[in-house]
Amino acid sequence: MSHRLPISKTPKCYVGGAFIRSESGRVTELNDASGTFFANIPQCTRKDLRNAVEAAAKAGPGWAKRSAFNRGQILYRLAEMMEARSIELAKAVALGGASQAQAAREVAASIERVVHYAGWADKYEQILGSVNPVASAHFNFTVTEPMGIIGVIAPDDSPLLALVSLILPAITSGNCIVVLASNTQPYPSILLGEMLATSDLPGGVVNLLTGLRSEMVPTFATHEHLRALSGAVNAEDRKTLKLGAAESVKRVRLLKAEQPIDWFADTMQGAEEIRALIEFKTTWHPVGA
Amino acid sequence: MPAAKAPTSLRRLFDEIGTVDQVGIEERVAKFTTRSLKKNSKVFGLRLAVSMVDLTTLEGKDTPGKVASLCQKALRPHDVGDIPPTAAVCVYPAMVKHARKHVGGTQVKIASVATAFPSGQAPLKTRLAEVHAAVKDGADEIDMVINRGAFLSGEFGRMQDEIAAVVEACGQATLKVILEVSELETYDNIRAASFLAMRVIRPGDFIKTSTGKTSSNATLGNNQVMLEAIRDHFLATGIPIAMKPAGGIRTAKQALHFLIAVKETLGDEWLNNRRYRFGASALLNDLVRQLEKERTGAYQAPWNFSEATEGY
Amino acid sequence: MPKTSSKTNPARELVFGDLWEFDPAPETADPKLKPRYDLFINGSFVPPRAGKYFATINPAHETKIADIALADASDVDAACIAAQKAFTSVWGKMPGKERGKYLYRIARLLQDHAREFAIAETLDGGKPIKESRDFDVPMAAAHFFYHAGWADKLEFLAPGKRIAPHGVVGQVIPWNFPLLMLAWKIAPALAAGNCVVLKPAETTSITALKFGEICQEAGLPNGVVNIVSGAGETGAAVIQHPLTTKVAFTGSTEVGKSIMRSLAGTDKKMTLELGGKAANIVFDDAPLDQAVEGIVNGIFFNQGHVCCAGSRLLVQESIADAVLAKLKRRITVLRVGDPMDKNTDLGAINSREQLAKITDLVQSGVAEGAEMHDNGCKLPAKGFFFRPTIFTKVSMSHRIAREEIFGPVLSILTFRTPEEAVEKANNTPYGLSAGVWTDKGSRILKMSTLLKAGVVWANTYNKFDPTSPFGGYKESGFGREGGKQGMLDYLRVV
Repeated sequence: MSHRLPISKTPKCYVGGAFIRSESGRVTELNDASGTFFANIPQCTRKDLRNAVEAAAKAGPGWAKRSAFNRGQILYRLAEMMEARSIELAKAVALGGASQAQAAREVAASIERVVHYAGWADKYEQILGSVNPVASAHFNFTVTEPMGIIGVIAPDDSPLLALVSLILPAITSGNCIVVLASNTQPYPSILLGEMLATSDLPGGVVNLLTGLRSEMVPTFATHEHLRALSGAVNAEDRKTLKLGAAESVKRVRLLKAEQPIDWFADTMQGAEEIRALIEFKTTWHPVGA
Repeated sequence: MPAAKAPTSLRRLFDEIGTVDQVGIEERVAKFTTRSLKKNSKVFGLRLAVSMVDLTTLEGKDTPGKVASLCQKALRPHDVGDIPPTAAVCVYPAMVKHARKHVGGTQVKIASVATAFPSGQAPLKTRLAEVHAAVKDGADEIDMVINRGAFLSGEFGRMQDEIAAVVEACGQATLKVILEVSELETYDNIRAASFLAMRVIRPGDFIKTSTGKTSSNATLGNNQVMLEAIRDHFLATGIPIAMKPAGGIRTAKQALHFLIAVKETLGDEWLNNRRYRFGASALLNDLVRQLEKERTGAYQAPWNFSEATEGY
Repeated sequence: MPKTSSKTNPARELVFGDLWEFDPAPETADPKLKPRYDLFINGSFVPPRAGKYFATINPAHETKIADIALADASDVDAACIAAQKAFTSVWGKMPGKERGKYLYRIARLLQDHAREFAIAETLDGGKPIKESRDFDVPMAAAHFFYHAGWADKLEFLAPGKRIAPHGVVGQVIPWNFPLLMLAWKIAPALAAGNCVVLKPAETTSITALKFGEICQEAGLPNGVVNIVSGAGETGAAVIQHPLTTKVAFTGSTEVGKSIMRSLAGTDKKMTLELGGKAANIVFDDAPLDQAVEGIVNGIFFNQGHVCCAGSRLLVQESIADAVLAKLKRRITVLRVGDPMDKNTDLGAINSREQLAKITDLVQSGVAEGAEMHDNGCKLPAKGFFFRPTIFTKVSMSHRIAREEIFGPVLSILTFRTPEEAVEKANNTPYGLSAGVWTDKGSRILKMSTLLKAGVVWANTYNKFDPTSPFGGYKESGFGREGGKQGMLDYLRVV
């Protein structure tokens, strides 16, 4: 029996519902923990970011208009897709040096996090919104609305769980996002893109880029169409992002990547995470005959 | 506009005349109550209000004697001070001839309610006969009630035809059309009924809020709806219609709020008793009392201003 | 008749003359002012360390009212230290129900001194006495009442999470609603268990410093509330002080951005309430007289010195003439003049500087080809005044349609379809508020969904309530004030 040449997968980024290479044509070589070449990962640029924002802008209104029930179903479908390919995901997580057991635990926690937010989709509004008993003859109520397009910057560690923990609260409420994956361990994001593509999530809702934070952070900071920035980054990047955010009054929610973050903790999830990335709209409706 | 052409659907009428937002109009009129009148402007307002009163008695127990004292009071609201007479006395048709003995030939007019006041629930023929009788006895002004049943069941043509018939029966007498706003219930209906009435009456005729015989009467809110209807009708047709809120206006302060609404909605040309009246009985006492306070600088006891005050 | 008024004979006009002119009705109670106001730090009034004072003037007469202490960085430092000490030693540890009782006391004391505060507000800021009396002061008291009740119920704000106060909160407020903005800031901060260092606006410090007297009268522990008066530098010192872990600012978008820049290297939490250029949208089925009233209330309330002012009127083309005619008629009875007169509708512009800014933008409107109408009323010879002004023939590119004027100046634009209305309304970097006027309830809700604004008023405008969250989208800032949402912005999840 002759030796069969295996077909190796070209890792691509998931943008606008399609799988793309960087417009720059650049790639970064990704090695596994033992130092062996694993694959070439797209090294996206600010133009890829711009294109991803355009894709998110196209998807935004439709995603925001989906019923809460439908968004919950789609997120649950994502969990199903991840569960079905959990061994492959664990291998991807293990590429960075995690043990098989550690990797399996991270994948399980990631899937559970997705399920957690799938359940929130049709409930957070009842927790965060309100009917307000004003003194005048008005029915006054506060509802949440998605902010629009959000930039998400994942930390290097916990390449799947941190990524999922940052993505889910943003999209559960109807935002669309442009994500920069872990620099050192980008491969789980490539796989997650494939699962997103098969989860019924409309293309463009999540746009997953790989590339260098040092190159991309300034564009995340200043792109005015991004309405908020969320992520875990170091002190220098936080300052850059906040300075850029000031120019268009972007909302900023950044964790400190230089400090240990327990992504497994239950405190890392919940309605408060969703609340950080929504707007409140209050309507005064007259009550009269 | 001929009554036959009147729209038969309320919805179509609103498309034409527009609607009223209850919350909004009540916020608007609340602003009138924050105006502060001092010194001369207060005296001017109080005297103006006195001159606009249709001093009214509409009770089953009315007697020629009571009407006589009402007329005296209308002619000379107070025995001291320079207080103008009221615009009119307003009585039942049977009392018109008695009132005529006292105010006939003076500047105080005789107004009579007619048309099966307050319900209007009599055959049209009977109602018109009542109008003819009152005019014949010397009524200068006729206060009629609209057919609310016709309005509420959408028979706008019938409602307008009946008003037009009363206009004809009035002859030279001025007509006041009572919408009985409490039975129309909504501001939208009040606006609609105002327009329907205004389209079949003559320049200088009135629209009027209430009979005073139901639970709610003139308020700043329904007064404002009608003032705005009068304004819109005037600006569209050039026909000036007059306004009379009636019932529930008991204090001088309230009357001044109503007048401020007139000043800021219809302007100076409606600030006279040809264009604006108050249908009231107790109001005059308080107006006079407040004028005396302004004249003397001392707060006045109530018993000097009312023959029917409850002693306390 | 809205639909037919285009056929109106122009000769048929109403006469709003002087047949019944109102006599002056000045408010005369004693505002109990001091000739000089010191800083309120650690429960006492203390002179600024550098000994500097600045004059605050009455914008209606251009006369000096009092000298106000100018706080420098060392004064701000003392205030922050006092606040921190109060937080760690008393206020942060105090049971919520006890904190709440202090807030209730403050609310009651504000009501007791209501007339005094209203007059001081009008003297110092120029707003009509009827607004400070009927709106600013009672609403400030209402905010303390509302938030007092939250103090012992904070655990209901974030179910499933543990929350804690930030510690010392630095707050900088504007001059348009001096006491009310103070209440919006201080009441929730204190209810949450924070201590505050607040800087009032330079031109309107008096009621904030008088509020220090209320804190003393309420027996509020020293250092829980500190008021440091001054200008921009004082505000920057408050915002940047290392002890203020949360800052709240209400003011212009320009300053808001500079605050964000100045704090980029820190972990401070922020709430920003910035500018606006709100659209007030009138559909052809709207109840027109109420819409006109709402337009007037939207742009001429407080001389238009309102961040959420309905400064862009979007009116459906078919009723544009009718609305304009009604609007012009309505503004002829607006009374501009002495803010202390109870019948004044528009008082004085807050400062010479603001008057110059309004004048400049109005001139740009004329220069760019828009058509100006004002009510032609007589203005007082002295003081800073501006007539209620309406611009027609305005296009979306005109400066008066894009920039926040913060004065009694309305720009009128038209639209044909709901979609066009939404597009024009949202075509701005701001997103604070919007108004919708229609007789159709379902359209109200649809429009509210489509408008990118934090507050949508339907068939009303410029309504506020302590229970109702207020705050903007986009460059109008972030965070909310009022309601449970505003309360939570003064707490952190631990």
